[in-house]
Amino acid sequence: MTRPTNDRAQADHSRPLTTDPGLVRVEAALRELREPAPAALADRSLVAIGLVDSWEMFSTALGPVGVAWNGRGVTMVDASEDATAFEARHRQLVGRPLVSGARMPDRLRQAIERRLSGDRRASVPLDLRGRAEFERDVWLKTLEIPKGEVRPYGWIAAEIGRPKAVRAVGTALGRNPVPLLVPCHRVVRTDGTIGQYSLGGPDNKRRALEAEGVDVVRLERLSAGGIRFLGSATTHVYCLPTCHRAQRISDRHRVGFHSTAEAAGAGFRACRVCRPVSVAA
Amino acid sequence: MDDMELTALLAVDLDAAFETLVRGHTDRCHAIALRLLGRPADAEEVTQDTFLRAYRALADYPPERIRELRLRPWLAAIAVNLARNRRRRLSDRAPALSLAAVPADGDLATYDPPAGPATSPEAVSIGHAERDRWAALLAALPEHYRLPLVLRYVDDQSYAEMSEALGRPEGTLKSQVHRGLGLLRAAWDAAEREEAIA
Repeated sequence: MTRPTNDRAQADHSRPLTTDPGLVRVEAALRELREPAPAALADRSLVAIGLVDSWEMFSTALGPVGVAWNGRGVTMVDASEDATAFEARHRQLVGRPLVSGARMPDRLRQAIERRLSGDRRASVPLDLRGRAEFERDVWLKTLEIPKGEVRPYGWIAAEIGRPKAVRAVGTALGRNPVPLLVPCHRVVRTDGTIGQYSLGGPDNKRRALEAEGVDVVRLERLSAGGIRFLGSATTHVYCLPTCHRAQRISDRHRVGFHSTAEAAGAGFRACRVCRPVSVAA
Repeated sequence: MDDMELTALLAVDLDAAFETLVRGHTDRCHAIALRLLGRPADAEEVTQDTFLRAYRALADYPPERIRELRLRPWLAAIAVNLARNRRRRLSDRAPALSLAAVPADGDLATYDPPAGPATSPEAVSIGHAERDRWAALLAALPEHYRLPLVLRYVDDQSYAEMSEALGRPEGTLKSQVHRGLGLLRAAWDAAEREEAIA
């Protein structure tokens, strides 16, 4: 870009203020104090504003992942094999220019590290500009699922007030740009099987859940038998199988249900923590 | 693209046009901040903050106001204010002794110029060492002389632009620039004399 020229119509800098040679020398010396800024400074300013993203690598239970961010928050998490693949994915998913010269602020880095290691209290700002409201509703609801627990797609749909949008919830989760930070691996199919995962497929989803202490094999065994809910014969409360309250039920008092109707018919009420709902699978 | 075309674009689509503004004005905002603050790390942070403030301001301005903006003095004013605040904060924490050496009334007889940065002639070219000494002398001037000198010579502004950026009449600025140049020359000569004696 050329030097800006408006404002300069009555430019008076050509008219010398002084002809005193001593002062002319000082003027010349001061002009010498112009110095170009570091090459990456403009990029860093643009990243801070959020018009350009930067990215760096983090290590997780699933191996190294790249995290794209700007001054407003994290914009993408992806396990691409190399920089070229990461850039291509970022172009497709985010669409903003991507640079690598900006240093992530320490506070953001620490928050991301804590969240990736499972600390839900670490607050990581997310920049989800340009996403549909429905998608954001799905992702924000997913943030509420505790570590080590899973919820079916239909549960998200019911919780955000769109009980019939089960398939749309699945699609929105598949487009989650920030997996692990928004724990879409904790959302499973209504029949209890694990389902798809955007960060490297179903095997990675299983690994992510097992790393958090979810007994995936037991979950699959329950679902194979058609069991969707577990109740306690002492409290007469029924839960989703991974709800921490369901995990406290002793073997002797555990009762399995295929549907909420069956549980209600047996005189059980729904848990107020995991709020189980029936969804046509 | 000149600044008038740029303000027209900023008024229509801020996000699309702002990158051009950042790329076109980073060098000068950085130069202003560097000569007001001295430390590169401070200058870089002030430059980033300048554009962040500018972006937020433009996001709130109605399009007519953006079209009428004169970007050079407007950005300079933001950079100067941020640099001033930072300098005040820094000097509260650790008073920089060398920066208080010039008496405000410019009494040159008692003026004790600050020592220039320690440089060994072998390591640094004369040009570089000389520049650093001018920079140190400039940094030691009282703010009401230093600011106009930086905008005038480091940023190449017209007096009309300086008047807008600093909110001072052009006549005042001209005499401050003239006085500032004289103070700098005197400080330079005094340092030379001292070197000759030593």
